[in-house]
Amino acid sequence: MTEDLTRRDERWQIRIRDLHKSFGAQHVLRGVNLDIERGKINIIIGGSGQGKSVFMKHLMGLLAPDRGHIFVDGQDIIGLGDVAIAKIQRKFGMVFQYAALFDSLNVVENIAFPLLERYRLPRKEVMERVRELLTRLDLARVPGVEQKFPAELSGGMRKRVGLARALIDRPQILLYDEPTTGLDPIATKNVDEMIRRTADDFGVTSVVISHDMASTFRIADRVAMLYEGVIVANGDRREIMAAPHPVLKEFVETSGAVSLSGGPS
Amino acid sequence: MLLSRASIWLFRRPFRPRLFFDQMEFVGVGSLPIIMLVGFFTGAVTALQAILALSLFQQQRYVGFGVGVSLARELAPVFTALMITARAGSGMATELASMRITEQVDALTTFAVNPVQYLVTPRLVASALMLPVMSMVFNVVGLVGMYVVAIVSYQIDLGQVLALFRWGVDPIDYMQGLIKAFFFGITMATCACYQGMNVRGGAKEVGLATTRAVVSTSVTVLVLDYFLIQIMNVFFPYGGA
Repeated sequence: MTEDLTRRDERWQIRIRDLHKSFGAQHVLRGVNLDIERGKINIIIGGSGQGKSVFMKHLMGLLAPDRGHIFVDGQDIIGLGDVAIAKIQRKFGMVFQYAALFDSLNVVENIAFPLLERYRLPRKEVMERVRELLTRLDLARVPGVEQKFPAELSGGMRKRVGLARALIDRPQILLYDEPTTGLDPIATKNVDEMIRRTADDFGVTSVVISHDMASTFRIADRVAMLYEGVIVANGDRREIMAAPHPVLKEFVETSGAVSLSGGPS
Repeated sequence: MLLSRASIWLFRRPFRPRLFFDQMEFVGVGSLPIIMLVGFFTGAVTALQAILALSLFQQQRYVGFGVGVSLARELAPVFTALMITARAGSGMATELASMRITEQVDALTTFAVNPVQYLVTPRLVASALMLPVMSMVFNVVGLVGMYVVAIVSYQIDLGQVLALFRWGVDPIDYMQGLIKAFFFGITMATCACYQGMNVRGGAKEVGLATTRAVVSTSVTVLVLDYFLIQIMNVFFPYGGA
């Protein structure tokens, strides 16, 4: 029996089928099939240049595939017009690898940006929501943080401000592009906790692109591996650890962060 | 392509007047000191050379006419375009290229903000409006430079210089210069934004994009200048002939 992907599924929020993308002669995605579980932390791992970021940009319509389908709550987002895709994009928040904060805006202006651009809300309401997020993400205790510019923030703080900006419009799905890249072990652990807490507190579906094995096996509910443009392993964390795909096993063991026979080291 | 997309987005909501004023300040007000400095010395040097040439015929009183026409029709719009390209065009290319490689442009898209409307259109409009204004500033300061050389240094009769200036320099000369400056502004913003928005890679590519923006704008301005003169000579024949 064939599955009806155009119906909203209670378990799977995003369903990707046969996704292909090429840049010139480079065939980056070669038929990706994957389901993203609602309300869980879904981590997609893979080496550099395997197309992880390209794949993520497809999820919220920043790139158009050559072929394939992406169903978000049963709606195929491929081929939608500007207005329809903008509506879908409002379900998403994205935390970029290096936060991608706007250099010319201070912390408050960065966080408030999506609200100010999308809606005509009173300034008081916008500021209330900004301050609430600053408090919930432990940024409020940094003196004068509201008026600081991105260049004045540490890597970890930039990530938090980036997360606050992604959360301000209350998205259903949060995408993280290599959130722990370039951070020291303690900052990495803090970001991991932030992702876990955000998923639990806000009830969002999290999709994390990563090559950090220790982080992956610390916080993931589901793990998928993208290798040579296709998903070669996919399942919940225990399934993956119990019976790893050979490529995944090699990848994980080379990283030295996790022992697949016995769980996180 | 970029030019047409940026022009279309000019008429679509939301309008963000603050972005336009910020860019007008950057392109115009920010370039004022360099334009005044270059304008003064351009007027002064042109006057010096004109006086040397005119002295062969004992006709130094024509210096106001010669410098006035040269500034209005050619020197002010072209030098203004080249100076503002060096200052603001390079700045635009660098800023947009940095935003591109640090994914700030992608971030705009995730908030359903069109990057062309948000980043390119204000720069295009500000350049198209401010280059003619700065070109007029260049003209005025250039004439001050001419005055200092001709009247103060060489003590040529002010009355004769002014009379011949009024006789020889026509408002159409200024209009031609302003029309050229308008097109040079569009050229500069388009080249700079195109190079900035299409950069790939890292810091080295940002530098290369800036270099390409300045070189391509400078060459395009000079080539475009030739064709604009040819076109305008049809509509405004020199000396009314």
